[in-house]
Amino acid sequence: MQVKLKVRRYNPEAENPVAYQQEFTAEVEAYSSVLDALMYLREYVDDSLAVRCSCRGAICGSCGVRINGQATLACKTKVVSVAPHGETITVEPMGNMPVLKDLVTDMKPFWDKVRQVTPWLQPEGLEPEGEYVVPPESMTHLNGVMGCIMCGVCVSDCTALEVDSNFIGPAALAKAYRFAADPRDGESQERLRALNEYGGIWDCTRCMECVEVCPKGVAPMDRIMALREKAMAAGFTNTYGARHAEAFSDSVKEGGRLDETMLAIRTIGFFNVPKLLSMAPVALRALVHRKLPMPSPFHAPIPDVHQVQRIFGRLEKKL
Amino acid sequence: MADYDVLVVGAGLAGMRAALAAQERGAKVAVLSKVHPVRSHSNAAQGGINAALTDRGDDWQDHGYETVKGSDYLGDQDAIEVLAQEAGREIIALEHMGVIFSRGEDGRLGTRRFGGQQRARTFFVSDFTGQAMLHVMFEQVLRAGVEVLDEWFVTSLVVEEGRCAGVVAIELRTGKLHLLRAKAVIIATGGLGRVFEPSTNGLICTGDGMSLAYRAGVPLMDMEMVQYHPTTLKGNGLLMTEAARGEGAYLLNSKGERFMERYAPTMKELASRDVVSRAEQTEINEGRGVDGCVFLDCRHLGKKFILERLHQVYEEGKAFANVDITEQPIPIRPGMHYQMGGIKTDVDGRCWDMKKRWRGVPGLFAAGEAACVSLHGGNRLGANSLLDTVVFGRRAGHCAAEYASQEPLKTVSQARLAHEEERIHALLSRNSSGDSVAKIRLEMGQSMNEHLAVFRNQEGMETALRKVRELRQRYDRVGVRDRGRIFNMGLVFALELGAMLDCAEAITVGALERKESRGAHFRTDMPERDDEHWLKHVLVYHTLEGPPRIDTLPVTITRWQPQKRVY
Repeated sequence: MQVKLKVRRYNPEAENPVAYQQEFTAEVEAYSSVLDALMYLREYVDDSLAVRCSCRGAICGSCGVRINGQATLACKTKVVSVAPHGETITVEPMGNMPVLKDLVTDMKPFWDKVRQVTPWLQPEGLEPEGEYVVPPESMTHLNGVMGCIMCGVCVSDCTALEVDSNFIGPAALAKAYRFAADPRDGESQERLRALNEYGGIWDCTRCMECVEVCPKGVAPMDRIMALREKAMAAGFTNTYGARHAEAFSDSVKEGGRLDETMLAIRTIGFFNVPKLLSMAPVALRALVHRKLPMPSPFHAPIPDVHQVQRIFGRLEKKL
Repeated sequence: MADYDVLVVGAGLAGMRAALAAQERGAKVAVLSKVHPVRSHSNAAQGGINAALTDRGDDWQDHGYETVKGSDYLGDQDAIEVLAQEAGREIIALEHMGVIFSRGEDGRLGTRRFGGQQRARTFFVSDFTGQAMLHVMFEQVLRAGVEVLDEWFVTSLVVEEGRCAGVVAIELRTGKLHLLRAKAVIIATGGLGRVFEPSTNGLICTGDGMSLAYRAGVPLMDMEMVQYHPTTLKGNGLLMTEAARGEGAYLLNSKGERFMERYAPTMKELASRDVVSRAEQTEINEGRGVDGCVFLDCRHLGKKFILERLHQVYEEGKAFANVDITEQPIPIRPGMHYQMGGIKTDVDGRCWDMKKRWRGVPGLFAAGEAACVSLHGGNRLGANSLLDTVVFGRRAGHCAAEYASQEPLKTVSQARLAHEEERIHALLSRNSSGDSVAKIRLEMGQSMNEHLAVFRNQEGMETALRKVRELRQRYDRVGVRDRGRIFNMGLVFALELGAMLDCAEAITVGALERKESRGAHFRTDMPERDDEHWLKHVLVYHTLEGPPRIDTLPVTITRWQPQKRVY
């Protein structure tokens, strides 16, 4: 069968090196992947079409691209699933990283961030003669995050990275979790401390995009949330992020709903006057656009607030 | 021009293990690969890694014997002894590096069963053991600060005064050619699956390193020994791990029979891979298959168990065959998977013989699937390949570092670089003959898969050899459309195809030479093993003109005398 593709091309050596869309038709089988279609183009139509690929089985992590606007592995995406009625499939390079040629992106920023989380096991004390004896479920638990193939798909579609390139990003933070949650690692306290810094775990906006696009079910955002919990449990409570989380839950616990004004003030800190003042214009703009309720000193609790508090009580007992 | 003590070509498990070992011994090291290290094909090893740990009552001699028997007595027993003896400490070293091996209830390393072995001695991480090891090995490379040249492609080895002196390589990102001098070079470029179509192997498995060494003067050994894995998917040839059978899955024919009971009454589905693949092919050929396939049945293992221990193949079945293995048997067939043969080395990875029984190139080393020590002989046991990469990667790294410490850097004339520049330029400016790299590759792959598969015969192999030689002539006229320098993948494919054609010829010539059936090399016209004449290795040397030169070498036998092989 035939499939139509619109591929974003970029040749840095062209006289006028600008990106453009090129339309192709590829000959594929009913079970073919988008990668098979790209391979067909490269092999029989234009051998200058640059795309990384190898295993064809979603294991090597080479072929991350954007298909119809969303990052994914080309090998894991069936042609019929994205173009069931012969629609044209759009293929573009991944986002949040520079493009080197056609669908090939520069992964250096990606790897630099992985490096930032000290990505190797740092065992405590002397090595045992045999293996480390650890609970079997602690290793099985890490299967999920070790399943990460470092394809960059989550980084491509991370909405926080889009506005702040300093953010370590979902893949590297998932990698950090892999060590922080490994009972053999002796440096989790230091790891968690470092992850509290600007660009770390508190900069995730919880948009879920990484969970959505990850081709391996790694769920990076869930790992980031688990890191936040670990960091707070380890005593790192004096950060904007931790205070925000605490203020959030206290507000709901006390009144059964969120008091946005107090949330902002408690996150920043009552005595951090300069920072509070600097927030005033934002607060005013939010008020004008009705993104914030009128601040009220009497933020009355909802009726039946005791029901909410009962839920909190149960949760706290469970933890 | 950059200078190194040890330059490792290939950054899979064997390459990175070698680089770490060489650096540990004080050498200035770089590891170079045509892809980023974590994209390497070691990723695809699913089931596990073998080791006989004495503290749990296992014996390395049992592992050694079963490897020898698996090899159909073609493996060199001195090398197999090293493999089996050093396995235990290598597993522990990997665990200490951070590999998250599955545990038993007591929190210690757990094992599963694998083919060709009576005992459960395969350590594993669910069914993505290779990936879990590869990523940890890369972590160690980062920790040690080993220099990594990723996305560099070696076009030739530099040999000066009969010794390896470095490589010429393209930096793919810029397209620039570089001369990298090194006192020792280790080739760890993996396998050659793409010589066959289909294959379980990734698109990068093109036998580059084998061809480099071969052209530099090192013989390729036992290249006729090509493993067909019993359980590969029909459409794209992807691998379904042997661990499925290790954990108890059945093979069924179209009548629903567990046919392995007839071929291997004791070991059944867990007989060695060559035996199982031949049995499957026989079932298919005799009309008891469906659509060229038999079935792998996992249903009785239970959904929970499958999701924990066979998660990747569960996902793979869904994504690539549209089959939920917890509910349905999945159609599979034998498919090209592994090259037992490769660059001839000794037990320390040297590509030259201290006793001068065979000719090689001092200063050149090899490890992993690219090499042939020989551990796997006529047939590799499942879960011995990961072990091979770490044990012999480490040994090659240590030996190369030691060699480099006593060797001066050789003077290499810039003319070497200019000569390669000219060759690449000629290829890029050649007008296309209308033929294409892809067409030639496909014809080669299909011909090899037709005539050098599970069952072979004289006529078929001769047809394949004629085909390969015809394709070589067509290859010499093929052009590359992309005239750019940056990420010119068309150029890389053309160079890879050259390497694959070298390998295809060596495989075919080796197979025609071996006039018996042994391990994976089964000739319907000579179905018996002939220890009297063929208990020996076949060596293929490259010649500048004319066909390759063939030689043989006796098999090293230490403690296990050849016996009839029954499973």
